[in-house]
Amino acid sequence: MNFLQQALSYIFTAANWGGPAGLAARIAEHLQYTVVAVLVSVLVAVPIGMLIGHTGRGTFLVVTGVNALRALPTLGVLLLGVLLWGLGLVPPTVALMLLGIPPLLAGTYAGIANVDRAVVDAARSMGMTESRVLLRVEVPNAMPLILGGLRTATLQIVATATVAAYASLGGLGRYLIDGIKVRQFYLALVGALMVTALALILDAALAFAVWASVPGTGRLRRMPQPLLGDEVVLESGSRSQRTSVARYEGGDPSLTVGG
Amino acid sequence: MRYLLSHLDDAWALTVIHLRLSLIPIVLGLLIAVPLGALIQRTTTLRRLTTITASIIFTIPSLALFVVLPLIIPTRILDEANVIVALTLYTTALLVRAVPEALDAVPEPVRDAATAVGYKPLVRMLKVELPLSIPVLIASLRVVAVTNISMVSVGSVIGIGGLGTWFTEGYQSDKSDQIIAGIIAIFVLAIVIDTLIMFGGRLLTPWTRASRIGRPKVKAAA
Repeated sequence: MNFLQQALSYIFTAANWGGPAGLAARIAEHLQYTVVAVLVSVLVAVPIGMLIGHTGRGTFLVVTGVNALRALPTLGVLLLGVLLWGLGLVPPTVALMLLGIPPLLAGTYAGIANVDRAVVDAARSMGMTESRVLLRVEVPNAMPLILGGLRTATLQIVATATVAAYASLGGLGRYLIDGIKVRQFYLALVGALMVTALALILDAALAFAVWASVPGTGRLRRMPQPLLGDEVVLESGSRSQRTSVARYEGGDPSLTVGG
Repeated sequence: MRYLLSHLDDAWALTVIHLRLSLIPIVLGLLIAVPLGALIQRTTTLRRLTTITASIIFTIPSLALFVVLPLIIPTRILDEANVIVALTLYTTALLVRAVPEALDAVPEPVRDAATAVGYKPLVRMLKVELPLSIPVLIASLRVVAVTNISMVSVGSVIGIGGLGTWFTEGYQSDKSDQIIAGIIAIFVLAIVIDTLIMFGGRLLTPWTRASRIGRPKVKAAA
């Protein structure tokens, strides 16, 4: 536990926070990679998920695509990207997108596809156009699942952005990798603690967003707790329809989040 | 691609290490999570507590956990055991939530019927509820397996073997061919394991296919 004391005293020394290689700068770099990767993942995954969830066509594409993306190793893609495109924002963004897209795609698809059919039909019978049905009815109802996907995506990206440091790209992983390289394990522990703290803070903020997005009055009853749950729901749902139907007949959309 | 074909011996040796590091945690995770999940399924407080603990464990970045574990448990700092323990933690964290959910998917009438024909709770769990929850459980297991295989490669950054060493070696000697070979090898490995688990699940649940054929007839009769 001596390491822990050293690490904590490092973190609580103000001098270690300033400067171009200080904790504050490293956190900013780490957040930059995270935010860019999450935004690009959202831009790619959410429209595709909305389209497939709304039309019900191409479900097979989602399941296989999600599986294939998850099977690609982030570290390999990152290092290959650095060799091909040089240092910069592109390699970490592409590599981290591989982690961000699967939960977002699965969450958006499952959210839209699980909206009560009666609600959608009612919207249609009132004369809403298809795009309005999607944007005004299906998306708000699917919001808890979409944000649940966002939460999983952000969590995985912020945790994995650590490996960017291996390719001299900075971020909090710097401490981990330098600490191991020079055998100063307390420095590695500083990195580990900071990344975990950052992940916990972001996760708590997004958990609150998921909770606040549950439509209707039922939200006070439960707190959401999705991990990879939405993807599991998607995969099991495609195989045994019974479970997802049972969940959706339960009348509470947040159940499908995986709670 | 050429690198992969000219280094098949290396690939095989690294694959064995990679599989050992990613599959042992799955087996250990299942052994912990299935009994634990079955125990907590009916107790709301315990279940919520487990879910929260699991969520927090899942938030810890893998690279951080690989490094921090030796400070908590008596292993050496760059030991394979750290990876196995860390991945076991993640696997358990995910499965311990999936098991009660899978058990929830067992229809209530089936449970009641099993009780009515005289099954005691423990035997009912082993012979009726757990087998019926296999399809949902398999779905989680596939996610865990693929995630683990990809996560082991991250360990190479801190000097742990497996196919990820091709990434670090290839990067240091500026050989993109070697990195591509590593990506292909891990991708194929993940897909193969994923497919094997899927077929394993099908073999264990012959009734799911039977009911799918039978379902339209039931609907027509109703």
